[in-house]
Amino acid sequence: MKIAVCVKHVPDATVTKRIDPQTKRLDRSGEGALNQFDTQAVEEALQIKERDGDGEVILVSMGPERALDSLRKALAMGADRAVLVSDEQVAGSDLVATSRVLAAVLEREGPDLVVFGQQGGDSDGAVLGAAVADRLRRPVISQVAELEVADGKVKGKRQTEFGYDVIEAPLPAVVAVSDAINEPRYPSLKGIMGAKKKPQETVSAGDLGVEADNVGEAGSRTSVVALNDPPARGDALKIEDDGSAAEKIADFLAERKLL
Amino acid sequence: MIAVFLEHHEGELQKGALGVLGKAAQLGDDVAGVVLGSGVKDLAAQAGRFGAARVFVADDPALEAPLPQPRVDALAHLVREEGVDTVLFAASVLSADVAAGLAARLDAGLNWDLVDLVKDNGNLVGKRPALEDTVYVDVGWTGEPRLAMFRPGTFDPTETGGEAELSDLSPQFEDFSTQATMLEQAHAESEGPSIEDADVIVAGGRGLGSPENFSLVEALAKALGGAVAATRAVVDAGWYPYATQVGQTGKTVSPKLYIACGISGAIQHKVGMQGSGVVIAINKDPNAPIFEFADLGVVGDLNEVVPKLTQLVEQRK
Repeated sequence: MKIAVCVKHVPDATVTKRIDPQTKRLDRSGEGALNQFDTQAVEEALQIKERDGDGEVILVSMGPERALDSLRKALAMGADRAVLVSDEQVAGSDLVATSRVLAAVLEREGPDLVVFGQQGGDSDGAVLGAAVADRLRRPVISQVAELEVADGKVKGKRQTEFGYDVIEAPLPAVVAVSDAINEPRYPSLKGIMGAKKKPQETVSAGDLGVEADNVGEAGSRTSVVALNDPPARGDALKIEDDGSAAEKIADFLAERKLL
Repeated sequence: MIAVFLEHHEGELQKGALGVLGKAAQLGDDVAGVVLGSGVKDLAAQAGRFGAARVFVADDPALEAPLPQPRVDALAHLVREEGVDTVLFAASVLSADVAAGLAARLDAGLNWDLVDLVKDNGNLVGKRPALEDTVYVDVGWTGEPRLAMFRPGTFDPTETGGEAELSDLSPQFEDFSTQATMLEQAHAESEGPSIEDADVIVAGGRGLGSPENFSLVEALAKALGGAVAATRAVVDAGWYPYATQVGQTGKTVSPKLYIACGISGAIQHKVGMQGSGVVIAINKDPNAPIFEFADLGVVGDLNEVVPKLTQLVEQRK
């Protein structure tokens, strides 16, 4: 089975993020990493391939040239090859433009199953999978916490506000997995060494037949108008435990008559 | 005209969606509710009490299960046929998929995680907290239709009375939209104690390290006379029952005291407990977002701190 996993290179979670006041975009110049929510998507695709005993796991991403670093991490986990859409024109793409570009790559690749992670660690959106599914005209199951793929069908158990749903759809389909679905593996040394030799293709939006005014800011339908400070909030106390933290909590509770 | 997607479950319009409806009515434009389902006409009429002058209803067996894709078809039909320029959603598992699919279908801008929507010189501007709520971004749309999704629990419904005029929608469904089927719906994994009425909640997350460590949380909750809650991550991992889950999916709680043990404080969790009185967080990661909204944060090992605290509570009470 051919499985495509859409992944994103995001600013490193351990580095303080900032929005560039000029472009009003997230500053992506610092250290980047594979979106943590995408590692579960890669893991799930690898597990399906391993269960089947054959197949191909293709990584699909859009981002700057440096996104290849993140793609190599996912290749080191065990994915077979990577396609990165990278050119200056795609920078600043919103959901409308990004879903269009990813759908163009996926149309070209024709996978049986497309897997997304739960959300972008930078945008906090959990929307791309359903948008891409609509462009591909395929069924979608999101927030999947348990996935079964068999007999040309995909079955996902997922949590909603009201309990657990079990949803089934025929392949080809799109799923977005929850971050609770699995524990992603760490790349082995052998995997890391082998990743460099795996096929890594960089294409432009134009190569995919997507016109320049349909990508980037020109192809986007949302805009950032202004950046503001958050509303003021009360001062929080933060202490390091030096052995007396439990005492301090108990005192804090007693002062507020909660004990 | 602004249309508000009114999600419903077991014969009830959802509070979050009705809150958004009330917000939309304040903006002064024509506001319509949209109710999609099977056998939902009576339900649609109720929306009039919460600010909808008009309610569009698509009543079709294809809309019986709460699956997103047939709803995208229905809303796309509504936007194209009825002069709707803005569609608003209260965030949920279902509405995120509906809004995203609709954005792609109509090439319409979608702004999500909004906490407010205002009119600025006639333009709609959304307020969106970003980067762990450290910056508030004003977001806009470069054209119509505009799609917006609000953070759960942002607006409370206001009952204004009034009756809505019902208008029937007869959408055509795309072949791919009806391929997914719901085999089981809203199945609760197991019953547990209700946490919604508890004055004190001690909650555990992934940082507990193992399901066995929930015993630390349980002991502290017992000492304080409170209930035990859990995050989505540990519930999905099978460590604790669904009935105890706090967050966007799960329960919304507002106890007098909320003690978060090994919880990072992702926004999905925050929205379920931000109404709590006093919040205490214990986490070994000093950068955990929970410290941003805890009244008292302790950076430390919960295996050390929690049992000691339990002992102190038992001694002092």
